[in-house]
Parts: sequence; C-alpha cells; structure tokens
Amino acid sequence: MSDFNKSSLSEIVNLIKSKKVSSLEVTNHFIKNVEKSKKLNSFITTCFEESVKNAKQFDSKKNFDGLLSGVPLAVKDLFCTKNVKTTAGSKILENFTPTYESTVTRNLWSEGAILLGKLNCDEFAMGSSNETSYFGNTINPVGKDLVPGGSSGGSASALAANLTPATIGTDTGGSIRQPASFTGTVGLKPTYGLCSRWGIVAFASSLDQAGPMTKNVEDCALLLEAMSGHDEKDSTSINKKNEKYSKNLNEKIKGLKIGIPKEYRIENMPKEIDSLWKKGIDILKNSGAKIVDVSLPHTKYALPTYYIVAPAEASSNLARYDGVKYGYRSKKGKNLIEMYENTRGEGFGDEVKRRIFIGTYVLSSGYYDAYYLKAQKVRRLIKNDFDKCFKNVDAILTPSTPSSAFKIGEKTNDPISMYLNDIFTVPVNLAGIPAISIPAGQDEKGYPLGLQLITKALDEQKVLNIAFAMEKSIDFKQSLNRWWE
Amino acid sequence: MSIDKNQVKKVAKLSRISLDDTKLESLSKDLASILNFVEQLNELDTKKTEPLTSIVDKTLEPRADKINDGKIKNEILKNSPDKNEDFFIVPKVIE
Repeated sequence: MSDFNKSSLSEIVNLIKSKKVSSLEVTNHFIKNVEKSKKLNSFITTCFEESVKNAKQFDSKKNFDGLLSGVPLAVKDLFCTKNVKTTAGSKILENFTPTYESTVTRNLWSEGAILLGKLNCDEFAMGSSNETSYFGNTINPVGKDLVPGGSSGGSASALAANLTPATIGTDTGGSIRQPASFTGTVGLKPTYGLCSRWGIVAFASSLDQAGPMTKNVEDCALLLEAMSGHDEKDSTSINKKNEKYSKNLNEKIKGLKIGIPKEYRIENMPKEIDSLWKKGIDILKNSGAKIVDVSLPHTKYALPTYYIVAPAEASSNLARYDGVKYGYRSKKGKNLIEMYENTRGEGFGDEVKRRIFIGTYVLSSGYYDAYYLKAQKVRRLIKNDFDKCFKNVDAILTPSTPSSAFKIGEKTNDPISMYLNDIFTVPVNLAGIPAISIPAGQDEKGYPLGLQLITKALDEQKVLNIAFAMEKSIDFKQSLNRWWE
Repeated sequence: MSIDKNQVKKVAKLSRISLDDTKLESLSKDLASILNFVEQLNELDTKKTEPLTSIVDKTLEPRADKINDGKIKNEILKNSPDKNEDFFIVPKVIE
C-alpha cells in the first residue's frame, strides 16, 4: 500500500482518478491512521462502516469526474451531516442526529468525497484552543501538551497528523486561520457569502464562514472550488458563477502591490513573529511584488467590536436550544420556564454561557445603543479602512497569530488573554473579506508560525495565487515523528 | 463599567440559563473585565457614522411562492426529547 501520509489531497485525487489506487485503499489507510491516533482526541464521531461502504460504491462507479473523486474527508462537527451525529462540541447536542445535510458538505459528497467522521471543536465554535469542547481537549500533533488552536482545532489536528487528507472548518473570528497557523497547515476564510451557511450550526451569523483547511495551497484552491457556490437556502449567499480556482492557480505575482499595515506591529510582539513577517516581505519582493506601507487605523478596535457583535448574535442564535425540539433536556424544573433554565444551565459550558450573557447584556434595554449600535458603527469604520486600503494595494500581508501554539491550560483562566489570540484574524471577519494563513516558519521551540494574506471581497483567486507563490519560496517542512501512535 | 451580582442574575434570567450562586462572584468578575475591554470603543467619535448592519451588498431576492418541502413531520419530531405522534411535549403551562 502506498504511503498516503506524504500525499496531498490533489495527488490522492489524481491517483484515484487514474485508477492507480482505489478509493477503498485510501479510505482504509486513513481509517487505520485514525484508529491509531486516539490520543489526539481529534474526532468526536467516526462512521467507518459507512465510509467503507461508500468507498466500495465509489470504486464500482463509471464516473470519476468529481473534483474530489473517492477521497475520504473528515469535517468539523459543526456541519450537519444527515444520519451522522452532529454535536457542535456541546453537551446540549450530544445526541443530535440531523435529518438533513449542510449545503457545503453536500457539495463535497457530490464531487465524490466520502465522509470519514466528525472533528472536535470548541463548543459552538466559541474558543481559540479547543479547550471549551464538551468532548475534551484536542491535542496538537506538534507537541503533547500543546493546544491545536480553535475553534477548528480538531480539524487542524487531524489534518496535521494525516488522519484526513484535507478538511473543512468554520471561521467566525479566526477559527480556521489560527489553528492552521498553530499546526503548520493552510487555512482559508473565504469572502462572507461565498460558501453557504445552510446546515452549519450557527454562532454569529454575520461573521460565520466555512472554508478549506489543507496541507498546501493547491489543495486549498481545489477544496474551495468544491465547497463554494450559490445556495438559495442561504439568503446571504452570493449569486455568481463558480470559479475554477485550482485550474487558474498560478504564481505570477510580479507587479502586484502588497500592503504592510503598521497597526499590526503590536506592542510586545515576539521577535520571531516580527522576523517571520520580514521574511514574508522579502519573499514577496524577490517575487517581483511591490511592498507598500499602509494604514488600517481602526485595527485596535476590531477585537472589542467583535466581542460585542459576536456574542450578541450568538445569544440570539442559541435561543433555539430550549430542550423542546431537539437536543438535551433537563429532568429538573417544575414548569416550562424552569425546564428551559435548567436545560440551558446544564447543557451549555462556561464559555458559551459567558458569551450568551454578554450578548444578552449588550442587547438589553438601556444598553443596546451604548454597546451594540456603537459596535456596528465601529464595524463600519473597520470595513472602510480596508475599502480605502484596497484602492491602492492588491493584498495585505500580516502575521496570522501573535504567538505560536500555547500550552493546554495556559490561558483558560483569563478570557481576555484568550481573546487576544485572534487580534490579527478578527478584522477580516468584520469586513467580510477573504484571508489565508500559510505556514511560513518555526519559532525557536520548533513550533510552526503562519503568515496571513488578505484581499478585497471575492478576490480568492488572487489571495490563493500570492499564497502559492510564497509557499514555493518558503518551502515549509514539518516532520512529526507520530509520537501519538 | 462594572456589573454587579444582581445584574448578572438579571442577565441570566433574561438568557433563560440557571445559575449556581457559587459561580456569581467569578462570573461577575469575568463579565466586568470583558465589558471593560469592549468599552475601548468609547474612545471613538461615531456620531456621523452609519451602523453596518449587513456585510453583504445585496438585497434579498424574492423566490416563487411555492411549497418546496413539507410532509416531514416524523423527521421534525425525530430529535425531540419528548413527543407523541403529532406534537412536542413540554411541561404543563396552564394549571
């Protein structure tokens, strides 16, 4: 059997398409990997019997045209999958089995992919370390005591450990890009509206966006092509023709103008992050891009804005968990109201409760204008900063995170220090624009670090091309000795 | 701005989340520090700024007024923690 651990998603697709290997061989390989990797706790649910059945069925088909022909994929447990348990990392959905399929996962299956299982994540995607999951911490394959980032931490961990050839996550404030950066993988948050939100467990609806997480930029283009597209079931879905991101991928970036925003040079930024950023700038210069200093003056207000807008939307979205229609119901309570209160009190974890409380508070009578309306106004200023900036440059380069992966338990006692992880990723969600994180180097401990590229809305091809060019020059290598097996 | 224990209790009530009194202290502290953090926004003058209410630059498209699903009663009831053939069952609301 071939060693698919060294193969990219695109390579595996080509092997299956050219009938050099069968879907079943590939599927069995990844099942074996998953079974040996329980220590990482990256899966919440596996559905191997179905996967094997689907792989066999795929191999007997005549049509191998799909973009993801016969490839087994595990996905974040925030995507509803028909007849496969979907928990969102929460006790309240511990036994929830959707009777429908999310649009994004349905797109993957119609391109030939096969579901392998569901990946651990922070509860309702609220967290930056995967430590808020009801199903326990996920471990970063980079180091035994390290978090994989979050909220798509299970996705990043499984990908880096070769338990899935690629995966998908969701990104509300950095939940794809930060874990990608922490695990030495590639993660893209697309333009808001490019991928349908239908069937994804909702966190903050004006910020949530699904996106690909992969081993390299070529795979990222391929997976984005497969998962994106207009969906009339999502009223915010953008109605436009699907693009051929993988076919049009190229590294011609000569003459492009890349902005370096001075506001991202934050106080006490580790030297390693700064030198990584400089390295990125040099690579772009050498590839013929023009480097321009730019300013995004409201950057420091992005996190405070986010921590009003996101909890406000979450408190409304999570009102649906009432113990009546689906999900956990408490046995305690004398009447309906007490049943609601006990169900939610027992069913939600601490971080989710904190955010619902903040959201409820900022939306409550007497505080709405001071907090929520104010945040919406500042959100406009943040978006205006980007709009103005993209009149002069093609893309913006920043670090992905202010540090490398941290230790489990290191930041759990202080919500604000946990929130600060997303300082470079959050502005992009507020502005609804695309951004990619690519692995760009290691710190002195050998932990991976990522660089982030941002473009204006719907410029995914450009952001992928620049990342593709940078990837070639960076030549990032990560060798993990599979200590978890 | 600080948020006292009574306000936390009120917010919990509004959120329909039961709260253990032993957690009130640490929760008020956490919420106060988050509110304190987000209040940085008051440094900005936004008198002339329009709030951004939608990030997608489009108007909602009307669709044909046709029934496109239905007859899925069993699927809808399937995940309910308490139900009979036709209804969700909840604790008694009327005495």
